[in-house]
Amino acid sequence: MIEALAAIGRLFLGFLRAIGQLTVFTANAISHCAQPPYYLRAIGQQMVTIGYYSLPVVGLTAVFTGMVLALQIFEGSSRFNAESAVATIVVIGITRELGPVLAGLMVAGRVGAAMAAEIGTMRVTEQIDALTTLSTDPFKYLIAPRVIAATIMLPLLVFVADIIGVFGGYIIGTSKLGFNPATYLRNTADFLETIDVVTGLVKAAAFGFIVALMGCYNGYFSKGGAQGVGAATTNAVVSASILILAADYVITEAFFSK
Amino acid sequence: MSDPREPKVSFRDVHIAFGAKKVLQGINLDVMPGESVVVIGGSGTGKSVMLKCMLGLLNPSQGSIKIAGQEIVGISDRAREPILRKFGMLFQYAALFDSLPVWENVAFGLTQAKGVSRVAARPIAIRKLAQVGLGADVADLSPSELSGGMKKRVGLARAIATDPEVILFDEPTTGLDPIMGDVINDLIVDCVKSLGATAVSITHDMASARKIGDRVAMLHQGKIVWQGPAKTIETCDNPYVQQFIHGRAEGPIKMEVRPE
Ligand SMILES: Nc1ncnc2c1ncn2[C@@H]1O[C@H](COP(=O)(O)OP(=O)(O)OP(=O)(O)O)[C@@H](O)[C@H]1O
Ligand SMILES: [Mg+2]
Repeated sequence: MIEALAAIGRLFLGFLRAIGQLTVFTANAISHCAQPPYYLRAIGQQMVTIGYYSLPVVGLTAVFTGMVLALQIFEGSSRFNAESAVATIVVIGITRELGPVLAGLMVAGRVGAAMAAEIGTMRVTEQIDALTTLSTDPFKYLIAPRVIAATIMLPLLVFVADIIGVFGGYIIGTSKLGFNPATYLRNTADFLETIDVVTGLVKAAAFGFIVALMGCYNGYFSKGGAQGVGAATTNAVVSASILILAADYVITEAFFSK
Repeated sequence: MSDPREPKVSFRDVHIAFGAKKVLQGINLDVMPGESVVVIGGSGTGKSVMLKCMLGLLNPSQGSIKIAGQEIVGISDRAREPILRKFGMLFQYAALFDSLPVWENVAFGLTQAKGVSRVAARPIAIRKLAQVGLGADVADLSPSELSGGMKKRVGLARAIATDPEVILFDEPTTGLDPIMGDVINDLIVDCVKSLGATAVSITHDMASARKIGDRVAMLHQGKIVWQGPAKTIETCDNPYVQQFIHGRAEGPIKMEVRPE
């Protein structure tokens, strides 16, 4: 009985310690992002890796999502003769919700995992110790550039994904569902509000921050060789994905009540 | 000015443990400015841990470490930064940055911490590589393209590139052929003599210990069990040292192996 309680207590303490560690890490990361000096080369490199190299994955995700969305919404709206709403609902669905969430999840798998693996390997091969002894702060040199680059690049990626996603809906709408191209585009543009795009981009920035933070955090505290790095990579993707979905709700709720 | 008789590095009763495993159990050691001290001891006795404590990479649970009179145990990262600038460190497994080419590894301390431009740093890096017997052709290779001994030498070049005041060498000649080993010994002696650097080296190679060390300290079971001038190591009557330098299986040092 006592042993069971002790085990529960240990688990709980471990959980609290992890929360504390993550909080300190996040505060540290933010403060290093906010203060110069900046390693501009490192930021530039990360922007290319995160933004440019994620374009194909995010673009493909967006185009198929747009296509599926058009079909499903047509199916749903035709049940009460509201087919003309397809274009509007597709663009709102993409910009407000599916663009940022799906891009965030894809980037978590692609970029977050790579960050955790890279920083984790640097940790277990003592490269992070070597950085410190060469009087370079690993937060400044490794973590801040990744967090800054991801927070800037995800909104740009999502903006592109929004356009590609709408285009996917347009292809299906005009080729399969029999919409007139001009009408479809007019319906897309006329009912779209700035706030739709803005909420999506705000979400994207938050998701970029989450992906980079979880990738760096899990890598930074990984230990125990190849196995530890593997675990860090998995944890980075899983934790980033869950946090993205949770943050998605919180941000939607915040904009919703306005 | 600092007092020349003040130790550059001073350990007082330093303890550190990993979980239940006690590694350092009361280290006392002084290293004077311009002196070269060699630490010897069995595998896994905590020699590398000792160097990492000096750099603040590991935190002792008890005791004090002073660098040029300044306490470094428990200080903030910000306060540690200027102290780290005085150090150069060769890691046991080199710990090269594998995302950067060899020359940028060597020049890292110059470009990142001392603000030397990349253009100015490259020739310095190539000169340091030449000092460790590596040609300019390796400068643009990636560390993953090097052999173990070459990595070690790049690590050495990186450690001395900023002309540090205190240089820590973790097994500088392990994995090198005997001739290159001797070249590296000469290089270390040269760093200490011509730059006036203070050096703490770890080695398992007795010839190297005699050549590069002014003084030798032997670590066993978490304590310094013997220290004295490198010249007297052959003639001292300490049973630990005698067993160690002659590599005998019988003696006061018990290896934890059980023959079948
Ligand atoms: N980060 C760490 N976490 C847990 N234990 C550690 C850690 N670093 C070192 N140890 C333990 O401390 C002890 C001393 O390690 P250290 O690397 O200092 O040995 P060493 O004297 O340098 O040996 P070698 O000559 O083989 O390099 C070892 O038993 C090791 O298991
Ligand atoms: Mg060692």
